[in-house]
Amino acid sequence: MSDTAANPMRDAIQEAIAENRVILFMKGTPDAPACGFSARTVGILQSTGVEYAAVDILPDPRIRQELSALSDWPTIPQLFVGGELVGGCDIVSEMYESGELHQTLGVEGTPAGDEAAPDVEEVESAPLSIENRL
Amino acid sequence: MSATPDELKSRIEAGIPGAVATVTGDGHHFNAVVSSAAFEGMPRLAQHRLVYDVFGSEVGDRIHALSIQTRTLETEETK
Repeated sequence: MSDTAANPMRDAIQEAIAENRVILFMKGTPDAPACGFSARTVGILQSTGVEYAAVDILPDPRIRQELSALSDWPTIPQLFVGGELVGGCDIVSEMYESGELHQTLGVEGTPAGDEAAPDVEEVESAPLSIENRL
Repeated sequence: MSATPDELKSRIEAGIPGAVATVTGDGHHFNAVVSSAAFEGMPRLAQHRLVYDVFGSEVGDRIHALSIQTRTLETEETK
């Protein structure tokens, strides 16, 4: 698209991806996933103990539209690490099983303990609701 | 008309050179296992994109969900 008009939604998504090393775009929230694929991906991320941000794409259809246009990836969830798309549920599952996911996330192979409380941060000013999870 | 596993299989095999696909599904949610020499040396993300690209905007719409597992022929063959 040659549309150069202001696109606050796309800017907000790009900013979220740039500012959160590990970020998951999903249907629903980590506490209440609205789709089996999102639920599975959240479960895998949580088992690695990695700190991650989560964005619910459901509240505004433009989130999914702009996200898929940016990432050239048609389905949800979408996991980004270090600004790069890692994949959706299938790829994350395969990488988890092969051990590649821990490498990509930069975490140890053993799940972290639950000694640290989840650090949930709501970003009020952005058109996206981002939750940071531990 | 709702999509069928047979339709997805033949479109994947027509759309990706040398691809062999096994597709299961209920008309909305599908799972595709695709083998092709075209995947050789490609990151997994690019392999999956090739499969999604066969269906374009139908994924998420007419084809509600499409799970993909890709294989290169090398991972299948035992030499």
